[in-house]
Amino acid sequence: MAEATSGSSRTGIPLWLNAEVTFRCPLHCVYCYNPVDYARSGPELTTEEWLRVLRQARELGSVQLGISGGEPLMRDDVEIMVAEARRLGYYTNLLTSGVGLTEKRIAAFKEGGLDQIQLSFQDSTRELNDFLSSTRTFELKSKVAKLIKQYDYPMVLNVVLHRLNIDHIQAILDMAEQMGVEHLELANTQYYAWALLNRDQLMPSREQLERAEAITNQFRARMGNRCKVYFVVPDYYANRPKACMNGWGTTFLNIAADGMALPCHEARQLPGLNFPNVRDHDLGWIWNESPGFNAYRGDGWMKEPCRSCPDKVKDFGGCRCQAYMLTGDATNTDPVCDLSPNHGLITDAVARAQTAGPLVKVQPIVFRDDKNSRRLSEKKTQPETAPAR
Amino acid sequence: MSDAALSPESVVALERQYRFQWEEKLQAFVLLYPEGLVRLEGSGAEIIKRVDGQRSVDDIIQDLERAFPGVDLRQDVLDYLEKAHGRGYIRIK
Repeated sequence: MAEATSGSSRTGIPLWLNAEVTFRCPLHCVYCYNPVDYARSGPELTTEEWLRVLRQARELGSVQLGISGGEPLMRDDVEIMVAEARRLGYYTNLLTSGVGLTEKRIAAFKEGGLDQIQLSFQDSTRELNDFLSSTRTFELKSKVAKLIKQYDYPMVLNVVLHRLNIDHIQAILDMAEQMGVEHLELANTQYYAWALLNRDQLMPSREQLERAEAITNQFRARMGNRCKVYFVVPDYYANRPKACMNGWGTTFLNIAADGMALPCHEARQLPGLNFPNVRDHDLGWIWNESPGFNAYRGDGWMKEPCRSCPDKVKDFGGCRCQAYMLTGDATNTDPVCDLSPNHGLITDAVARAQTAGPLVKVQPIVFRDDKNSRRLSEKKTQPETAPAR
Repeated sequence: MSDAALSPESVVALERQYRFQWEEKLQAFVLLYPEGLVRLEGSGAEIIKRVDGQRSVDDIIQDLERAFPGVDLRQDVLDYLEKAHGRGYIRIK
């Protein structure tokens, strides 16, 4: 996403609008980035409210639209949103697990002007060892892949990698080749929300990463232009932070299922910002004026070592949410940075990941489902595994 | 994406996932593609505007020479289209 809009950070236009149209999902991915307390979020926006969001954001200059979730296809009005988005001039991306993508629906999406479908490969089974041998999953993917081709969409597949599946990289690549994937994103889990709860189970070892990357490079070389492959390493293995969201409030506007407007998927958890809801305010005010969106614009909020760092114009001090989750203060340097006094939080987690064995059994893995979310809603604040500040 | 080289007779079109349009807020023509956009500067926009699946590379050059008389554009247009082809924005029909 950062790549998508690089070069436009100075325009201050929310070029990328992400509509998380529902938090409902038939899957229970242990690395989901939806808030762990989604179960207590308010009622979903109605169709009319979503159409109003699309119109107002387009006036602000939004042009790339992501329709995501949860599983967006849990709503039966995505077709209406797609058609309105096309009329308004958006480039519309549907981010789906493929569950619920019938021929009837894909035909309506094509007719309405949907531009691309990004299919994600979820691990829907609780039997993680069966992850890739799950016939049900494979049949679903094959069926959906066939529909995507039949309706002349580019075949874009996203696979989230983690400690428990990364050693199957060859099988994943073989499957992608068999499905005729043209763009393959192999994204290692980022440790937010559910993935932070499960971080120790999900983080690959350095050896696992290197092996996976080497196999991916062989695949790249063999496939050439037939398949473009992106391999994203976890930022915990970097020593400088990512330029999160291309800078806070510069490019990215996220509207959650309940109408909360956010500068990123994860910002809901940051304390004291009272992010506005599109039911109460128009997007122009939200984007330009609201205190939440202005909180971390520019560099006035920065502390050392960011404040005097020449890299601050490149990485904006990294991710505010990661700084908050790990250090308890969103204005701290993202601890991924080795200049951060809290960098030890990262290196400790990475050191634990080097432990031999397929699974670090420190605690039971937490599936993203309503029961767990209700339990976590009661805890209210920080994810339980976040290290103390 | 075709690996064949462009020739003056090649009829060119945008790759199917690309869309060319004017963006009022950016005051620029853009190419949109999955999860991204490229902002086109003046001459680039004039060239890409003519990549319509009907015109050949030669047609595009002649058309531009009519629109901007007195300038020898041939090599610049060829280079630009080569680059666009290499990046996968356009394909040979």
